[in-house]
Amino acid sequence: MASNSILGVFAKSPLKPLEKHIRKVSKCSNHLVPFFAAVVENDWSTAGKIRTKISKLEHECDELKRQLRLELPGGLFMPVDRADLLELLTQQDKIANKAKDIAGRIIGRKLVIPAELQQEFTEYVVRCIDAIEKAAEAINELDSLLETGFRGREVEIVEKMIHQLDEIEDDTDLLQISIRKNLLAIEDSLKPVDVMFLYQIIEWVGDLADLAERVGARLEILLARK
Amino acid sequence: MDILASHGSILVMIAAVVGFFMAWGIGANDVANAMGTSVGSKALTIKQAIIIAMVFEFAGAYLAGGEVTSTIRKGIIDPSYFTAIPEQLVFGMIAALLAAATWLLIASILGWPVSTTHSIVGAIIGFAAIGVSPDTVAWGKVLGIVGSWIITPLISGVIAFIIFNSAQKLIFDTEKPLDNAKRYVPFYMFLAGFVLSLVTIKKGLKHIGLDNIDLGIVSFELDGAGGYYLAVIVAVIVALIGKFFITRLRFEQDADKSAHYANVEKVFATLMVVTACCMAFAHGSNDVANAIGPLAAVVSIIDNGGEIVKKSPLVWWILPLGGLGIVAGLAIFGHRVIATIGKGITHLTPSRGFAAELAAACTVVIASGAGLPISTTQTLVGAVLGVGMARGIAAINLSVVRNIVVSWVITLPVGAGLSILIFWTLRSIFT
Repeated sequence: MASNSILGVFAKSPLKPLEKHIRKVSKCSNHLVPFFAAVVENDWSTAGKIRTKISKLEHECDELKRQLRLELPGGLFMPVDRADLLELLTQQDKIANKAKDIAGRIIGRKLVIPAELQQEFTEYVVRCIDAIEKAAEAINELDSLLETGFRGREVEIVEKMIHQLDEIEDDTDLLQISIRKNLLAIEDSLKPVDVMFLYQIIEWVGDLADLAERVGARLEILLARK
Repeated sequence: MDILASHGSILVMIAAVVGFFMAWGIGANDVANAMGTSVGSKALTIKQAIIIAMVFEFAGAYLAGGEVTSTIRKGIIDPSYFTAIPEQLVFGMIAALLAAATWLLIASILGWPVSTTHSIVGAIIGFAAIGVSPDTVAWGKVLGIVGSWIITPLISGVIAFIIFNSAQKLIFDTEKPLDNAKRYVPFYMFLAGFVLSLVTIKKGLKHIGLDNIDLGIVSFELDGAGGYYLAVIVAVIVALIGKFFITRLRFEQDADKSAHYANVEKVFATLMVVTACCMAFAHGSNDVANAIGPLAAVVSIIDNGGEIVKKSPLVWWILPLGGLGIVAGLAIFGHRVIATIGKGITHLTPSRGFAAELAAACTVVIASGAGLPISTTQTLVGAVLGVGMARGIAAINLSVVRNIVVSWVITLPVGAGLSILIFWTLRSIFT
């Protein structure tokens, strides 16, 4: 019997998959905490296992990303701009990629975090992951934003979250500066190549927070187009 | 003349059967328009939807279906041309019914969304303009009808936009959405009840021979202010029943924000049931005419011995026949159609669905009151787009909208072509 007209009009919501994607991204990057814990313990087999998990999750994120891109054909009429949505998705996906790169580089070089830096470094990783969590929290408001037609009170709530995200990112910057300084103080006692890579890892971990902040910024742009 | 005299009763029989077939097609084809959104958003189960649709489609057809019927019967064709050849008009109307019903059936099997209104109007224009002569069509009236197909989606879109935005302002964008939902949703119910009962009272009850309602204590002159009072009373009753159901709702006592809006949606689900009733009622009142308008024309010509009377009351059995036809279509095919929908959409929450449905129902009801045969599907599509414009729907598939519009446009020539063929066949059989 008739496949009905009116109901074909409703396309699949792009917001739900976007929320699902950021949740997966956040889950993927969360594994970095136990990963670094294992690295600090010099437990390379556990670290290897966790790294496999991270890359599997990253792969799943890619799948979701691809699916969502295919679900957004040109003829959709949406409350938010299509280009903004895709840009947001790209930014979200970069976080998972970065997490995978970090784990891969550490495993690949069997890179040990110097004992003097360990405590501070762990704190730094956790803070960067906080930023990702905050971004995920903001993205998960999309549904409620839809309920309110992307206006009013709900927008303010999200704006506040994005502001908190910026603050977390500032924290990570300060932590990064301090870690670099401390690394500089001890770098003569380490292998030069390792030091190079340590700087790179510090940079990349900081990038996690930067990318999370960029997700927030993208969300802000999406909301700003009234 | 003698044709009508000798074959009169047979022709009425044929017309009645074909009219029933058409009504059945309307019931089967359009049920989703009326009930789909409520089932899709889980406000109603399929069984409940079917039962509600049956009751309200029939009520709409019987109580408010008269006005559009007269337009279909008299408005599209200029009857003065047929005074010498009334049998042609009889054949033509039967042909139009059969053509429209056949086209509906084909479209339903192929799964194309077509408008029942478009198919019948196209079929009537077809046999009159080509089969008889282009002069027989009241082109001015036809232009008005076609114009209304463009204007009504616009109107319902605007109404939907306003309704959705008002719900945003009053309920969603506040400190306590749930409390506000409980407070304001009955008002929307009042609005729905008011529009429906008003049109029924003003336009419908006359056709079934009610002029005033005497409650013993007071008597309401339906044509005067009494009609408005009565509509308000009915609306208040609807709102109170709604309020009662809202107070009985169980909410998840979770401080979590997501549960917050889930509770609000629960309140809207009760409203959705009301708007679904409205939609079914509106659909019945508007679309039953597509089936029984031509039938009424045939019956009135034959009853008057071939004379085409300007004003003749609807014969008593015609409206119920149309209503029953729609209900039969619903009963037989309805659950299948709705089942596919129920799985198909879950992205329509009650708060968004109600705005679209209420707007569409209001538009249909107002247009039916004005006697315009408008397309129910069109108003609903217009309303959905309106909610989309208010940034209320996550994604609307514009290519599907385009296909729907194309299928509407195609329906006119196809309906016309079919009806011309059937008309010539009938004419050669009976003459």
